[in-house]
Parts: sequence; structure tokens; C-alpha cells
Amino acid sequence: MAHAATHDQHDEHHGAPSNFFTRWFLSTNHKDIGTLYLLFSLTAFFVGGSFAMMIRAELFKPGMQLVQPYFFNEMTTMHALVMIFGAIMPAFVGLGNWMIPLMIGAPDMALPRMNNLSFWILPFAFMLLLSTLFMPGGAPAGGWTMYPPLSLQTGSLAYAVFAIHLMGISSIMGAINIIATILNMRAPGMDLLKMPVFVWSWLITAFLLIAVMPALAGAVTMLLTDKYFGTSFFNAAGGGDPVLYQHIFWFFGHPEVYIMILPAFGIISEIVPTFARKPLFGYKAMVFALAAIAFLSFIVWAHHMFAVGMPLGADIFFMYATMLISVPTGIKVFNWVTTMWGGSLTFETPMLFSIAFIVLFSIGGFSGLMLALVPADFQYHDTYFVVAHFHYVLVTGAAFAIMGAAYYWLPKWTGNMYSEFWGKVHFWNSLVWVNVLFFPQHFLGLAGMPRRIPDYNVAFADFNMISSIGGFLFGASQLIFVGVIIHCRFFSKKKAADRAWEGARGLEWTVPSPAPHHTFALPPVINDEDLAHGHVED
Amino acid sequence: MTSGGIRIKAWAAAVCALWAGSACFNTAWANPQPGQLNMARGVTEWSGVPYFLNNVALGVCTVIGVLVFGAMFIAMFRFRKSRGAVAEKWAHNTMLEVVWTTIPVIILIVLAWMSTGGLVSFADTTGSQMTVKVTGYQWKWRYDYVDYQGKAIDKVGFMSVLDSQSNDTRQLDSGLDPRAVKVGEDNTYLLNVDKPLVLPIDTKIRFAITAGDVIHSWWVPALGWKMDAIPGMVNGAWTNIKVPGVYRGQCAELCGQDHGFMPIVVKAVTKAEFAQWLAQQEAAGKAPAATPATPASPAPAPASSTAAPATAQVAPVAQAPGRQG
Repeated sequence: MAHAATHDQHDEHHGAPSNFFTRWFLSTNHKDIGTLYLLFSLTAFFVGGSFAMMIRAELFKPGMQLVQPYFFNEMTTMHALVMIFGAIMPAFVGLGNWMIPLMIGAPDMALPRMNNLSFWILPFAFMLLLSTLFMPGGAPAGGWTMYPPLSLQTGSLAYAVFAIHLMGISSIMGAINIIATILNMRAPGMDLLKMPVFVWSWLITAFLLIAVMPALAGAVTMLLTDKYFGTSFFNAAGGGDPVLYQHIFWFFGHPEVYIMILPAFGIISEIVPTFARKPLFGYKAMVFALAAIAFLSFIVWAHHMFAVGMPLGADIFFMYATMLISVPTGIKVFNWVTTMWGGSLTFETPMLFSIAFIVLFSIGGFSGLMLALVPADFQYHDTYFVVAHFHYVLVTGAAFAIMGAAYYWLPKWTGNMYSEFWGKVHFWNSLVWVNVLFFPQHFLGLAGMPRRIPDYNVAFADFNMISSIGGFLFGASQLIFVGVIIHCRFFSKKKAADRAWEGARGLEWTVPSPAPHHTFALPPVINDEDLAHGHVED
Repeated sequence: MTSGGIRIKAWAAAVCALWAGSACFNTAWANPQPGQLNMARGVTEWSGVPYFLNNVALGVCTVIGVLVFGAMFIAMFRFRKSRGAVAEKWAHNTMLEVVWTTIPVIILIVLAWMSTGGLVSFADTTGSQMTVKVTGYQWKWRYDYVDYQGKAIDKVGFMSVLDSQSNDTRQLDSGLDPRAVKVGEDNTYLLNVDKPLVLPIDTKIRFAITAGDVIHSWWVPALGWKMDAIPGMVNGAWTNIKVPGVYRGQCAELCGQDHGFMPIVVKAVTKAEFAQWLAQQEAAGKAPAATPATPASPAPAPASSTAAPATAQVAPVAQAPGRQG
């Protein structure tokens, strides 16, 4: 028996399990689990995207042509839930799973079996959430923010809450795994202040996740007890307060949006130096800015609540604190531009997405600064100006960073170069149509169009039609992305070098492309010159 | 000295001119305009504050954007490898970092200073000459006049619902054209009600805003602010309208299926006209055989928007065929 046991172990070290079920459903391998997360995320992106297509289709012209108002509200609610919890967050977890052990010279994540559970919870949670569409009363339709008392009118509330609990558990376990891995399993010589910025961004994000997912769990559980067990947390008649929910929700919600952007910042800090062939400018400032943003994210939550009737002092505090976040964020943007300055630049697809990120995320940041000014926010709040803001930071921000990362690391994952031509076709289409889709929404908000309405006055018709056209074409362009990935994985004839990109630095580029199933079984010997941040002087 | 007759005619002419002048003068900000790119200034004592802040912040952001993106595009051109650029090796410059941390902080302090004054003035509802209570319901508004110029108002209150033409037009597959829903020259599709909130100009009016079921939000862009209507809470706000006219807004917090179909119309009139209107309303409220609603206007029976929310439930019953696609 001992002989059989060592025989199994001996086989494992030679590659992936040959049995499909064992390999994919019982995986304890960070690369395969990373792949699972990324494929799940891509699927959720198209599901959430199809809900968005329904929204833009109904909003194409004034008048109601396609769906009833209640179903429209189901679509806006589910679009957000699926995109946030199904597309963006799992994509970053997938990228983290794939790249963090490679970047720090670790053989795998600290807790490989928990890693498996973290992933496999998600398809079940999503099936549960999506199944509410087919229940009597339909899916949740009170907005992804689920404010009571409206959300208590949802028939399927219990299922939605349970799905959210499952997703939260998955995120918390994933975050624990990431912290344990980064703090304990770095190869000797991989000091914290020599780590890639992407690893730093995930370390900080993991702390945010552990801190705030329980707050979301608490908030939605209180919704459940208010609806089914006679509590009055959010019911004024019973001594409670609907606004309490908003405080608890946004205490989660604001760090949540930083959870969705910090890893994106990390990605840009990996890609830009590679294609500038120049080290990242101001490494320590970049790390410090990530930490500052994360800290500040805890004290700004009520800027989502400026119209709720908070006392003057609260409005003023949250206004000032929110404005402050633009300082570390601005530093990051300046540092990326300064990295490019004086470099030797080429513009492959990952770099194109990164440059687009820098410009368009900054535009989203500008509208965010405008939103922070409370008297102005009285006119912006709950209008399409807010919708434009968060789509700029989440789509041209987070999603573009994810796409850039996919192009950047596809050669490492698959061993093949993707088609640079089709990558650029995907990029340019995405860039143009995403702006056609979201830029006019600034105007709609300033002109007075509220959010979450299925129909609108004729004055808003032109920009809505333009936005919808942008939406349909942006959605269609993402099919090119799928094509590029499939071609790269299964049909591309161009082999990728270990160091797929000439300017790339870091441990992940010292292993073969495709990365073997098991890497760094023995810790690598680290030479500072091989690292991106080996010689840190400032 | 003019005789009584000429004075009355002059007064009537003035009122008509004011009304006509205000009608075209206000078109620019009473309704959203097709192709409108920016916020409108609004018509109240305070509404210039968000307008000003919006424009200043936009200007600041545009300048910063031009500088930063300009630098980046110059770098993309000047330092391309295809042009023979050789990468430098430097990666830090502490003085530069201090400068581009300090300058943004200074800009933020200036913006914060500009914003704080406007916020403090908004928060001060004291010294008002009138109080109006606004209550949000699924899916309509109720207005109750509480007091005016120090005197309590007795029983002047009414529901304000989406106008019936808009309501008929917005039904799924109605076949009716939203562009045909007009008041005069203005398209008022989804922005008109059966009974507007009539208010006097040049009067500081205090609002007490609440709700009867779920959270709504009362928003008229021309007044410059919105305030959430929350069940169990009363929120305060104030306005002082300077220009007579008709100002249109919408509910601004998701409140269920007809959230997009419960607009707000404020009709701002001179103090004399308002006093007259109010007297009529109070008299009608006291008349024994009168209906509880305002007698002057025929009350059109609003359609589905009032039928549904007897229990303030979103109506899956009515919506069963609605889950399409």
C-alpha cells in the first residue's frame, strides 16, 4: 500500500490528472482553478451582458416596446448582480490564482482544497440566483443594492440572499487563501517590497474582502429576518430605520468597488513597464497608494447616500473623505504615465488595453470627483450621470484591465501566441463602442434622466438611441474576444517563449510557456536582476 | 393716477405678459431639452450652487485631463520603439512625486471650500414662510399644504398622478406615439401630472418629505436638489423660486414597477395668483357637498398606476405575462 501511495504521488508530479472529473472537479491546482474561475467569469460576463442587451433594447426608443416595467427592473437588478459577483470578482480571483504563486515562487496556494471549494460554490450560487428568474414573482427587482422596504416586496428574496451568502463565503475563503499564500509561501529572497505590484494589490484586496463581506452578509440576513421572522431592523413602525440598511450595505459596498479595482491597478502596473521596457516609476509610492486607497475606502461609504437626509456634519465629513481618495489614485495615474515617459514603447494588445484604461478610468474618476461635491450630487444622484461614472470605472476600468491581463498572460497559460491582428480588432471595436455606449449617459444624467427607468421623455431619445447602438456593438465585439481565446488555445501555431514579451520581468517568465502543471516544487533561486522590482531604491 | 378700470386692465396685461414671457423664458429649464449636454441653472435662489459647482469641477477635470493625457500621448509618440527610442532606466524622483501630490491637494481644498458654503446654506430651512408636506407612494405623490405666511392651511391636499395621456401611451404595445404627448410646444411625455403642486415665487418654502410605503425621492431639477422620501422619516428641504413657470421632475429612487411613471410638476405663480388659488382650494375643502378632491379641475381617473398598489406589493399578478425574453 505504501508503494501504491508513492506511485500515485510519483504520477502527480509528472502532470495533470488524466481523469477529467478528477482534474476539473477535484482540482487542487492553482492553475486549473484559475482557469475555472476565468471561464466561469467569461460565461457570467455574457449572461450579465445579455441582460444589459435587454435593457438597452427597451431603452432604444421612448415608449414601451418589449418588456413590462417589472421585468425591466429584474433585468437591471440581475445585470448588476451577475456582473459584479459573477464576472468581475471571479475574474480577478482567477487571475490571482493563476499568477500569484508563479510571481512569488510558490508551488501552489496555501490551502489548495479550500481553493477548490471556493470555486465550486460559485456555479451553484449562480444557478440559484438565476433560477429566481423562473420563480413566481420573478427575480429580485429592487436594484442590486436591495434597499428595504422595496426589496422586502421581492418574492424570491430568500433565494437571492442565500446565493449572496454563498458567494460571500467563496470570496472570504479565497481571500484567506491569498493572504496565507502571500505571507507564508514566498520563495526566499522574495521580500515583500520586491513583490510584483499585482501581488501587493491582491494582498490588500484580500484584507478588504475579509473585512466587508461579513457586513453584506449581515445586511442581507437582516432583510431576511425583517421579511420572514418579524424583526424590524429597517421598519420605522417597529422602531427601526430603512436608512440603517443603507449604512450597513454601503459599508460593504464602497470597499467592494475598490475590491473590484485594486487588482486592476495591479495589472496595469505589470503590463505598462513591460511594453515601455522601463521599470515602474515610483514602486513604493504605488504600493503605498494602494494601501491608502484601501484605508480611505472604509470611511467614505455614505457618499452613496447624500440624498437620504443625513445631518450636515455627516455630509461634510463624507464629502471631504471622498475627495481625498483622488490623491492616491491620481498618483498612480501620474506614475503610469511617467513609466511610459522615456521608455521604448510598443503597442501590443495588452498595452492598448492598459493605455485605454489609464485614460478612460481617469474619466470615470473625474466624474467620481464631481459626484463627491454634495451640492452638485443633489442633481447627479440616481441619474444616468452616476450610471456613466460607474460604468467607466468598471467596464473601461476593471473589465479592460482583465482583458489586457488575459492577452498578457495567455501565452504563459497556453504556450501559444494569440492572433495580434484579431486582438487589435477586438480592442479597437471595444474602445469605440464602449464610449458610444457610455459617454452620452453623462449628458442624459445632466439633462435630468433618472436611473432605473424603463421609459423616458422624448427629450432623452437621441442619446438613448446612440447609447443603445453602442451597447449592441460593444456586446457583439466581445465575441471576437472569445474567438481569439479559442484560437489561441486550440489552433494557434505560434509558440510562445518562456519570456513571451521582451520587456517582461518577474518569476512567472522564468517558467516554460505553457506553465507546467506543477511549478516551483522547489523554491527558485532568486536573482534581483530577474525581478521587476529587485533594486528598489526609493 | 390711473382709474380703476385701466389699473385692472394693466394688471391683467401684466399677468398675461408675465405668463407668456415666463412660458418661453422658462422653456430652457422647465423641461429637459433634446440634445442637452449640461445641467441647467435652475430657477431658484439656491439652484445656481450645483450648477456652478458642476461647471467648475468639469473645468478643473478637463484641464487636468488635457495635461495628463496630453503628456501620455506625447510619450506614446516620442518614445516609440519603432522610432528608435531607447528606454531610460530611472524609476523615481521624489520631488516630482511631492509636487504632484501637493497640487491636487490644493485643488481639492479649493473645491471643498466652494462646496461647503452651498451645503451649509442648503441645510438651513429656518426663516421659511410656507410649509408643504410631500408624501411618496407607489406610484404617485401626495401634496399637503401645511401653512402659508404664518397661518395654518386647512385641508388643502391632493394626490398627483401621471397624466392619463402619458399613461395610455406608455402601456406596452400601445401604438401611441410619445412625441404626441404635449402641452403647447413642450413634449411632456412622462413629465406631466393631473394636479401639479402650485407654489408662490419669492417665498422661502420649507418641505417636509416622507413616504407611505417604500423609499422614493422627490426631484425637480429646476429647483436644484432632490431629497429621499423615506417611510417613517421626515426629511427637510427648502426652496425659493424666482421665476414663474412650470417645472417638471421625476421620482429618483427605485420604488417598484412604476418608478419611472410618477413624475412631479411644480407650477410656480406670483404670490397674488397663489393667494387666490389657495383661497379657492380652502373654500372647496370646506364646501359640504364637495368631493374631497380639488373641485376646480375635473379629476381624470388615473389608470393602472393607482389600481395596483392597494397593498403596495409589486404586482406579480398583473405581471405574469410580463416576463418576456
